[in-house]
Amino acid sequence: MAGIPHDHYEPKTGAEKWVNNRLGIIGLVYDTLMIPTPKNLNWMWIWGIVLAFCLGLQIVTGIILVMHYTPHVDLAFASIEHIMRNVNGGHFLRYLHMNGASLFFLAVYLHIFRGLYYGSYKTPREITWIIGILIYVLMMGTAFMGYVLPWGQMSFWGATVITGLFGAIPFIGEPIQTWLLGGPAVDNATLNRFFSLHYLLPFIIAGLTIVHIWAFHTTGNNNPTGVDVRRESKEIAKKDTLPFWPYFVIKDFFALALILVVFFAVVGFMPNYLGHPDNYIEANPLATPAHIVPEWYFLPFYAILRAFTADVWIVMFTNWITFGIVDAKFFGVIAMFGAIIVWALVPWLDTSSVRSGRYRPTFKWWFAIYCVDFVVLTWVGAMPAEGIYPYIALAGATYWFAFFLVILPLLGVLEKPAPQPETIEADFNAHYGKPSGDAAATPAE
Amino acid sequence: MSQAEDHDGTRRDFLYYATAGAGVVATGAAVWPLINQMNPSADVQALSSILVDTSSIEVGTQITVKWRGKPVFLRRRSAEEIEDARSVDPASLPDNDARNANITAGADGADENRTLDEAGEWLVMMGVCTHLGCVPLNDAGDYVGPGGIGGWFCPCHGSHYDTAGRIRKGPAPENLPVPTAAFFDDTTIQLG
Repeated sequence: MAGIPHDHYEPKTGAEKWVNNRLGIIGLVYDTLMIPTPKNLNWMWIWGIVLAFCLGLQIVTGIILVMHYTPHVDLAFASIEHIMRNVNGGHFLRYLHMNGASLFFLAVYLHIFRGLYYGSYKTPREITWIIGILIYVLMMGTAFMGYVLPWGQMSFWGATVITGLFGAIPFIGEPIQTWLLGGPAVDNATLNRFFSLHYLLPFIIAGLTIVHIWAFHTTGNNNPTGVDVRRESKEIAKKDTLPFWPYFVIKDFFALALILVVFFAVVGFMPNYLGHPDNYIEANPLATPAHIVPEWYFLPFYAILRAFTADVWIVMFTNWITFGIVDAKFFGVIAMFGAIIVWALVPWLDTSSVRSGRYRPTFKWWFAIYCVDFVVLTWVGAMPAEGIYPYIALAGATYWFAFFLVILPLLGVLEKPAPQPETIEADFNAHYGKPSGDAAATPAE
Repeated sequence: MSQAEDHDGTRRDFLYYATAGAGVVATGAAVWPLINQMNPSADVQALSSILVDTSSIEVGTQITVKWRGKPVFLRRRSAEEIEDARSVDPASLPDNDARNANITAGADGADENRTLDEAGEWLVMMGVCTHLGCVPLNDAGDYVGPGGIGGWFCPCHGSHYDTAGRIRKGPAPENLPVPTAAFFDDTTIQLG
């Protein structure tokens, strides 16, 4: 494996040698844990460990919930109530799973926006980034299908609306929708397959997570300066880095502990704050809830889906140029998926050679507006599609695409970047002062 | 990679492509059942037709029944609603198509082409918004027709339908479709 030069594993005891000659697993774990990590990482680099924790939490609580859940339209809702009322500690395990999804998405958004600001997607980390976006898309699918399982009103109608997105595809949409649902409408066949896939996808996410980590262990971590670690020799690399264990593990666990204090407070005292009361009403195919809202973490994309109605000029133009094949409904679907696709393409849309936003004075402002845009879209996605809200959603959706398709390509050409530090060591010393002793402390093993 | 004179090579190439082709066909044949199992099963496919007793429906009210997993609206319209729907010029409709399974395809969206009877009292249509499939609500939303009466409103994304179930405002592309339906007798409507 290429990357930053560092000490590799050498088996010392007889037992270690015995294992190492038969299976290189200790060396693999050692090299993974001892990877040289830029020593100037700030607190935005903790979300990875939070995400790993969330995946573990969701898999463990999920497997336990399945021991008590029944995937059938007549029994699913009752089995959730059974978990809530009868199973020992069942309500707490379910609340952990429900709110665990929210923590998972909160962390993934902060993780993605960290990457966007510090240019973590830029060469040579494109594959890390693309795998990350793939993981995010799978997370969306998993969360969506998981939300259907309790078979409440929001479960049912959320499933109806989202599978309806596929029905908007011209010509082949309806057969695809029927194939996804296993019938003309959301019913038992749908519930069963969603249950199967909801169980499967987290393990695919776990696999992709390993590839994600593998990829950035090949390139080395990005850091707040975006400046590369010097790789001439182990000694020089040590001036810029510290081993992941114990320095960053302890830091990450400290941050995780603080986050979990808040998380458990939410799970314990306001477990339904992020949910919808309608989902405690059993699914009824004959009555739509007055106001269908997805879970908060889907709201920005839901707002983009709804933003492009038939009276928007670009929708009318697209409709005309495609001879009516792309109507407002399909346009909205394209826009929603397009909003994620521009994320995936950002390594090639951003033309600036400067990695970190810290040294891009103009980018900083546009990025700040983009962050506000994300929050505004989240808010407007929860509002009814009436009055002023559709216009706000349209403005927000427009900025989303303008940021990726116009601003980022142009900024790289127009912007005059600020001077970057020579090395990570120089940046570190400028912040924390020059250390008195040996900078590259020996890791405690 | 092959040369015309090289008979061994040509023969080898043929075997190579034949094997690869057989492999592709075999893989496709093996994968297809795994995909097709997700299509509607036999019991779901067994298309049913149902009889709906309409004797209890008063003028100006409607009932909703479940048919093939989806809601169907059966509305007995009042004179004002019929008047409201018939005073509209079909050419001004966003979707000027009857969307009626009981008449020739391509008929325009005039109210007469949507209703079950000629007088226009009975309107039978799928209660599934043509946008993303929610059930529209009766008498809600802010759209009203020329006679000052509104029809249906979809709470999901704000599509408005008039008293003939035709799309008038919002993101939905089409009128609410009229399913195959007929009078079985004076007080019964057959769906399907």
